[in-house]
Amino acid sequence: MSEPAVRIRELTVCYERLLALDRVDLTLEQGQAIGIVGPNGSGKSTLLKTVAGLVAPHSGILEVFGTAPRKLPPGTIAYVPQVEAVDWTFPASVYDVVAMGRFPRMSPFARFSKRDREAVAGALEALRLSDLRNRHISQLSGGQQQRVFVARAIAQEPRLLLLDEPTTGVDAATEESLRELVRSLVAQGMPVLMTTHDLDRAEDWFDSLIVLDRRVLAFGAPGEVLASGAYAGIREHVHTHGHARAGEERA
Amino acid sequence: MIDTLLAPFHYEFMRRAFVAALVVGTLCSTIGTYVVLRKLSFIGDGLAHASFAGIVVAYLRGLDYYFGAAVVTVLTALGIGYVTRRARISLDTAIGVLFTGTFAFGVFLMSRLPNYSVDLQGFLFGNILAVSRGDLWLIVGLAALVSICITLLYRPLLYTSFDPVVAQASGIRAEFIEYALLVLLALTIIISLESVGIVLVAALLVTPAAAAYQLTRSFTRMMVISAFIGAACAVGGLYVSYYVHAASGATIVLVATVVFFCTMGFKRLRRAPA
Repeated sequence: MSEPAVRIRELTVCYERLLALDRVDLTLEQGQAIGIVGPNGSGKSTLLKTVAGLVAPHSGILEVFGTAPRKLPPGTIAYVPQVEAVDWTFPASVYDVVAMGRFPRMSPFARFSKRDREAVAGALEALRLSDLRNRHISQLSGGQQQRVFVARAIAQEPRLLLLDEPTTGVDAATEESLRELVRSLVAQGMPVLMTTHDLDRAEDWFDSLIVLDRRVLAFGAPGEVLASGAYAGIREHVHTHGHARAGEERA
Repeated sequence: MIDTLLAPFHYEFMRRAFVAALVVGTLCSTIGTYVVLRKLSFIGDGLAHASFAGIVVAYLRGLDYYFGAAVVTVLTALGIGYVTRRARISLDTAIGVLFTGTFAFGVFLMSRLPNYSVDLQGFLFGNILAVSRGDLWLIVGLAALVSICITLLYRPLLYTSFDPVVAQASGIRAEFIEYALLVLLALTIIISLESVGIVLVAALLVTPAAAAYQLTRSFTRMMVISAFIGAACAVGGLYVSYYVHAASGATIVLVATVVFFCTMGFKRLRRAPA
């Protein structure tokens, strides 16, 4: 049995004095997709960012392929943030942005090789962006922007894929093609960790589901987790505390 | 006619000035692409002002101006990189306080000198005609060094300019790249001081790149067009200043400003229905 892609034990993360994650345990195996659900401010994005090496843990164990995320070779982790994270007026076409996925592994002296171009073309094809390749990124819809971000991650050919609410604000067709893509990657052995608000289709997306509210409230097969009380707990939680906490996750 | 056009080139100091203008104009506007896209123009202006303290201290100690400016400006650049990442006050505020403070310190020291030096004032507004042979070698050498670094860091600089968070997650050392860019920016400012001066160097960093941004939606093309505009404005501005007997730094910046407004007009025309 190979080592798990992500191993997290008793992970605690703080922003200033705010406790964002409290003693979280999680194991993500190769070829497995885990969905993270929870109210706004529950630490979903923080958990992804910590695994990506963007946020330093306060305490606990975090290993990605057996080592600290920042010590991995460049290109190992692909992180897909929410689309509003960048300036879409930046002078770049769809192709330019997807090509950036190749940069982490390239030496300063390397030219953009045939292999690099093929990977970019493949990623564009997989996200049905080939026709839009020369379009400036400011002229894309929200769903197309999301696909560009995913295509950049695919072009990177990572060993671990982290997706932060890729289905928020996209149309049904885009969501379906993203789901098919993720499932085919998982079938090829890719480990995927993804946050989502959409509980209704969790069984189609994920092998396991984790209910997070700073602490892990429930973990298991999507069907079981949704059938358990944790799901109802979240629903209530969103209504009672969700709005008050909405701003904290960005802090 | 030809004689009139070639007149400036009869003087060696003018030939040196043209080479300096060409190098400084090209380099400032190339790195300026990152300054504009990463919204660093305030930092560029601040770094230029901070360099003045280094120049005055070097003067007082009998050291080379460039050396003094380099030490202070590079240290300030690293300091601002640190403040950006760690401090809890806003970056605007930090720059406003730090850089103007350093600049004031330079002016304070200068004003206490027995014979208030005209030499030093030259750095405020630039005096490209005073570029010596040694200065020119230094300018060309440092410009070559900065250009090589920009070329080698092209991809990580581009990626971190567009999406620093994802670049870092994918294994690019975004923090190192940011510090590297700030140091390169500091060096670019230093070699531009004598040509355009502390007060005006920020314009040369920003205006050509901003003009190029109006003309293209490709990053690579923006950089090339910016470099071309910067070089043309620097050489053209120096040329104009020779004939109208005006300050060269100011004329160069004015030419660049005119070019910027032309590109804006051009963009509007192109957008308007035919």
